[in-house]
Amino acid sequence: MFRFLIRRVLGALVILLIISAVTFFLFYAIPRDPARMACGKVCPDDLLAQVRANLGIADPMPVQYWHWLEGIFVGRDYTGVGHCNAPCLGYSFANNQPVFETLKGDIPTTISLAIGAAFFFLIIGIGTGMVAAVKQGTFLDKAASSFSLIGSSMQIYFVGYIAMFLLVSQLHLLDQPSYTPFTDSPVAWASGLLLPWLVLSIIFTANYTRMTRSQLVEQLSEDYVRTARAKGLSRRSVFFRFAWRGAMGPIVTIFGIDMGTLIGGAIITESTFSIQGLGLRAVRAVTDSDLPMLLGLTMIAAAGIVFANIIVDAVYALIDPRIRLA
Amino acid sequence: MTSTDQQAFLSVRDLKVHFSTEDGIVKAVDGLTFDLEKGKTLGIVGESGSGKSVTNLTILGLHDRHRTAIDGEILLDGKELITARESELEKLRGNKMAMIFQDALASLSPYHTIGKQIGETYRKHTGASKQEARARAIEMLKRVGIPQPDMRVDDYPHQFSGGMRQRAMIAMALVCDPELLIADEPTTALDVTVQAQIMDLLKDLQQEFGTAIVFITHDLGVIADIADDVLVMYGGRCVERGTKQEVLRTPRHPYTLGLMNSMPTLDGPVDVPLSPIPGSPPSLLNPPSGCRFHPRCSFAEKVAGGLCSTEQPALEVVGGRGSACHLTPEQRQEFFADFAVSRHN
Repeated sequence: MFRFLIRRVLGALVILLIISAVTFFLFYAIPRDPARMACGKVCPDDLLAQVRANLGIADPMPVQYWHWLEGIFVGRDYTGVGHCNAPCLGYSFANNQPVFETLKGDIPTTISLAIGAAFFFLIIGIGTGMVAAVKQGTFLDKAASSFSLIGSSMQIYFVGYIAMFLLVSQLHLLDQPSYTPFTDSPVAWASGLLLPWLVLSIIFTANYTRMTRSQLVEQLSEDYVRTARAKGLSRRSVFFRFAWRGAMGPIVTIFGIDMGTLIGGAIITESTFSIQGLGLRAVRAVTDSDLPMLLGLTMIAAAGIVFANIIVDAVYALIDPRIRLA
Repeated sequence: MTSTDQQAFLSVRDLKVHFSTEDGIVKAVDGLTFDLEKGKTLGIVGESGSGKSVTNLTILGLHDRHRTAIDGEILLDGKELITARESELEKLRGNKMAMIFQDALASLSPYHTIGKQIGETYRKHTGASKQEARARAIEMLKRVGIPQPDMRVDDYPHQFSGGMRQRAMIAMALVCDPELLIADEPTTALDVTVQAQIMDLLKDLQQEFGTAIVFITHDLGVIADIADDVLVMYGGRCVERGTKQEVLRTPRHPYTLGLMNSMPTLDGPVDVPLSPIPGSPPSLLNPPSGCRFHPRCSFAEKVAGGLCSTEQPALEVVGGRGSACHLTPEQRQEFFADFAVSRHN
């Protein structure tokens, strides 16, 4: 298991390196002068030349890429700006702040959003899926399926605004969405994010309900589940120790993908509720053509997805000895 | 299958198992009666879909209760199983009555070790501790002939070979010394040498513990090896029954005859092709009128008045021997004589 993890982490680092190279060259291949973008709207020629020198744009592209990598691992010096400590992702074109420091401030917000939403959509989604599977074909099953279909066809910007209007402005049931660090006040952290969590979980729950139901229905008809019943085990223990065990794999897989995506930035959610996380940062970086910021965001999103996948694989191996011992 | 005044250990009376499906009612088992004594083996023979597996799942109460209508009586040691509560059945399953399934790889949980799966049955019914259950699992693996049982006990099913998995399955079924063992084609997926070993194992265990065994198969060779009595099923009904010698030496039903003719013999001529039964098993949703076998029966037109297609022949049992066919004993002797000639020349 340990060797398995080491191998996967090393593999992930290689993947991230490749992603960084591709993204770097794509961004710098666009036919716009980064120096002019960094310099701002009014930019005299002598200033432009200086910016160009500061950014090291005169160097060939591979050299620039090397410097960028160097910045991440050991830090780098910018002429006229000073030393940027590792991990250095450069300075934002928009506000000249270090990209890494800015993103470091946004990450807890986005992770809080993702984890809180996951808490709700896992409990509600898997719970209703289990009920639907056990009560197959009954009214409860059909109701769960219908609600999950409705939920999955909703859009965050639609549900989000309606929920804000009703629950916050009209009924004053929930607080205006905002982010307070957990370490400052857990209560403010939870109450500020409760609305985005609920709205996000409406969208995501449906997937888990359907997946849980279909997986369980399939597992419950497996031969080994019948064998477990033939041994005299109770329905309940057969359900949880046999059928649910088998159903977990695919659920963990989609959960990994969803978490990777959410950590990469819930762009629409953060924009809808004006919560400053990676998603909203990405929107701003795109409008500002803020290349260093976009590059940094891409790397963080990629790292989120790649590492979520490693965790999924590890959990899979824990669940299924056929994978662990293969 | 002898009819005495005493209640048999397992007694099935006029069992009917009907499933409701979207297309209508499937009569999977349509009036089945048999008895089984302790220490004896009943072989149930039939094609796929003849109702043999359904019968045995019903005995254990493992059918889908929402979709199944059951009629008749199943008495195990005097206890009625059809009306028994689920909690009562749970106490009997794996304990007093156990089942060996056909496909051991699919029937064993891929997520739990062999030892755990065997020990869990033991713990459930005896309240043994984890250590005791593990020791018992090792003992059982040893008994069914798994080498190095104290090491293999921690393996998962996918680390076992096919024959070993079937042995583990048998160990699991026998862990509580059941009085009734239902074996549903336990050797079908195995190669012949392993099959012979498994059969010997079952016979030894039966001798040791006096277990009553219901052995389901479509293989008459296996029946000849293990059964005391034989019950031939076709289309959810019993078409012939008797002792092994009676049924295999002097079959009375054309279907039994057909099954035997479709099997190769060691001493028969090699250049004579096997003669399979033409056609396919009947639909249980819409069974043929009259005798369910008549569309495939080569003797049907020899019965006067087209009786085969209009009237269901009754199963007449005398002294445990019986068949359900419209042919008269004289006709049978005449027509089936060819069979004896072709088999033993």
